Amino acid sequence: MIEVEGLVFRYPNGFEALRGVDLRIGDGEFVAIMGENGAGKTTLVKHFNGLLKPTRGRVLIDGIDTKEASVAELSRSVGLVFQNPDRQLFSETVREEVAFALRNFGFSGEIVEKRVERILRLLDLSEYADTSPFLLSGGERKRVALASVLVWDPKHVVLDEPTIGQDYLQKERLRNLVMQINNQGKTVVIVTHDVEFVAESKPRVVLMSKGSIVGDGRAEEVLSDRELVDRASLIRPQISELADSLSDRGLPRHLIDAYSARSAILKLLRDKGGCP
Amino acid sequence: MPTDDVIDPGAIAMPQIEAKGFSFTYSGSSNPSIRDLDLEIERGEFVLLTGPSGCGKTTLCRCLNGLIPNFFAGHWEGEFRVCGIDIAKAKTYELAKLVGHVFQNPENQLFSLSVEREIALGPENLGLPRDEIRERVEWAMEIVGISDLRGLAPYELSGGQQQKVAIASVLAMRPEILVLDEPTSFLDPKSAKAILETIARLNEELDMTVILVEHRLDLAARLVDRVLVMNEGELALDGGPREIFGKAAHLMGVGLPKVTLLFQMLREDGLDVGIPIMVEEASAILRELLN
Repeated sequence: MIEVEGLVFRYPNGFEALRGVDLRIGDGEFVAIMGENGAGKTTLVKHFNGLLKPTRGRVLIDGIDTKEASVAELSRSVGLVFQNPDRQLFSETVREEVAFALRNFGFSGEIVEKRVERILRLLDLSEYADTSPFLLSGGERKRVALASVLVWDPKHVVLDEPTIGQDYLQKERLRNLVMQINNQGKTVVIVTHDVEFVAESKPRVVLMSKGSIVGDGRAEEVLSDRELVDRASLIRPQISELADSLSDRGLPRHLIDAYSARSAILKLLRDKGGCP
Repeated sequence: MPTDDVIDPGAIAMPQIEAKGFSFTYSGSSNPSIRDLDLEIERGEFVLLTGPSGCGKTTLCRCLNGLIPNFFAGHWEGEFRVCGIDIAKAKTYELAKLVGHVFQNPENQLFSLSVEREIALGPENLGLPRDEIRERVEWAMEIVGISDLRGLAPYELSGGQQQKVAIASVLAMRPEILVLDEPTSFLDPKSAKAILETIARLNEELDMTVILVEHRLDLAARLVDRVLVMNEGELALDGGPREIFGKAAHLMGVGLPKVTLLFQMLREDGLDVGIPIMVEEASAILRELLN
């Protein structure tokens, strides 16, 4: 469980990035934290593994106050994958990079090897095992950073902007992977402004603006709320705009993805007795 | 009636960007990153370049500003001309004047202490007179809409503002061609939309050729004249946005605007009512249908 209570965070230059945030994320939940550039999303999740400590208020991870624990201890249960992989990667080969944390945690060589191979396969990185991470494309480096965290099997996984630089197919794979680790019972928190990615994955959406939470609910509700979405500098999913424009024709307003829209349109046509 | 204003009829007939049987393989790689490319782009076109990661998009962008083959070592065949200049023979600085390059992450491109200084840097390096530098900086800030930010440091700006500064600093070089490699990746949707609309305006008002690499097709599809889809180093598809998204793009693993995806699915259900690329069109078609 991730519990955030009255969290205020002020950077040393005086900028108040978080202005009183209350949030509770249960074990095994799938949550997207969304909002404009500078809304405080990254600042918030950096509190989850203790990289930042509250100026006021507190953050509890599975009941442990992050002020009482080290980043190393918290990282065992909270795996944070950064937005910019280059701030995270440093090894000579992809294999070494991914093995690093496991070795640090004291796993035996055999287990390290097995787990690394498995995770590289899962993230479609096996062919680059002996390549330097810095020779890979931006999208590939991102997957290496993700692998290097997933490999130690943290209970809560936090991904900061995982879809940046990923093409359509990689995004589809990423979505499947996120669903898969969520189905295994892990908490998955993604920070993103990729509205279409969220519309298709339908997590709980926490909307932030200017250091505060301004919306919290099912993706269908939050992302179809024109005023709220606008306030957070997002743009509604195309399908939501389409549904809204046709609500007088009977299309449900909460549609946000093409698959549900397809079913809803076919149903309307059938009800009218038209084709097909 | 013919006039004397025409300087060189040959130059007009020639496409601004022209590749003939061009292939390029990076040193140390066994597969070519671009294979047997034939491509012509005319002045003033707004081209969206897309395709799966590793398809050769970035390599093609590097050819346009001559980083290939001058900076990135490798083996090439065929011909690639930009504004009539053979990239294999050009000096990087010659092409730098003609082709402006905006990168994905503005943080990697900006380093001055004020927006004004940042934008002046390019023209200063061209050795232009002081007055002209000043004039170009003013013009670039105005056309991108950041004149009010002139005194701020780039690190004090939001991501969207930073990307506008990066674009202005490239425009101050008065390039003929603007190449943008995923310029909105780090931006929230509203800032991304503003940047893409700014780019569309530059294309229209300045008749500047734009080559845009972009994954946000929901925003970009409606703005561009032409879509190039690359796959494994080859130019797989080339056509207008309607033609490409309406027919083949799904097969190439390229994302579609979601309304386009919806209508492709409806067509599979036997509802053949056209393939829109914008919400407004989709709405009009469905309104008719549900009447």
